[in-house]
Amino acid sequence: MIFATVGTQLPFPRLIDALAALAPDLGEPVVAQAGPGEAARPGLDLRESLTPDAFSDLFRAARVVVAHAGIGTVLSARRFGKPLVVLPRRHGLGEHRNDHQSATARQLQGLPGIYVAWEVPDLAALLRQGDLEPARDGRSPSHQALLARLRDFVG
Amino acid sequence: MAGPKRILAVASGGGHWQQLMLLRGAFEAHELHFATTLPGLPEAFDARPATIIPDCNRNAPLAVLRTTWALLRRMIARRPDVVISTGALPGVIALALGRLFGARTIWVDSVANAEEMSMSGRLARRVAHLWLSQWEHVARDAGAEYAGAVL
Repeated sequence: MIFATVGTQLPFPRLIDALAALAPDLGEPVVAQAGPGEAARPGLDLRESLTPDAFSDLFRAARVVVAHAGIGTVLSARRFGKPLVVLPRRHGLGEHRNDHQSATARQLQGLPGIYVAWEVPDLAALLRQGDLEPARDGRSPSHQALLARLRDFVG
Repeated sequence: MAGPKRILAVASGGGHWQQLMLLRGAFEAHELHFATTLPGLPEAFDARPATIIPDCNRNAPLAVLRTTWALLRRMIARRPDVVISTGALPGVIALALGRLFGARTIWVDSVANAEEMSMSGRLARRVAHLWLSQWEHVARDAGAEYAGAVL
């Protein structure tokens, strides 16, 4: 199963349209949390919003998760150990207030288990790839340093 | 001052909350109390004790008041020594109230803000004793401190 999520704040029709176009050829179910106002599309199991429990269940059940380049989704992918494909929202297309998702995606690229689809056509190849690596929750040196600073501050 | 401190940890649902969860390891020696905006989240992360507070943003003044009231009640009941938030606006309010009550305050700007300090983060500057960005270049530009990131 492929689980797609656009986050809780803004719609992301470019991603939902892309998945609707791919769904007939993917050979597995596609469940998408699409936010309010998305019309039903054949081949997609669309949900407007999900409770935290339902979100966790779908995340766990997924083979691969597709999402915007939102940090919440990245952290969920690590928590549940799933491969994550992100399509960054573009400010130029009216998909977000600024272009921070492209910057986030540049930083994410190359991290284990996180795959960046810079353009819609990149999605097809990534979703058909059978050997995607899971994202992992490991404490990086940078994460350790941040914890140490906080520990030190609190005393 | 030795001994465990009372820490109030506040984050809106979604990415802010997830980042707060990744910082928990820094506070193991202390008494943590969580506050977030999405019912069910604390249970999903086994974050107890926790309070659900109303969400708000700067375009809805009435919601800001409701959030402030809910946090004020927490603050009076808990009297935290430290208030920490990863965002968003409810976290800024929590830090401001925390200062009124004499707490030390920490702002950790969301790692999602890779180009500039978030709007909430800029507001938090005035009320945060420790004002952090998780990006070195953002911290440098804003005059904040960089100590690492949850990525």
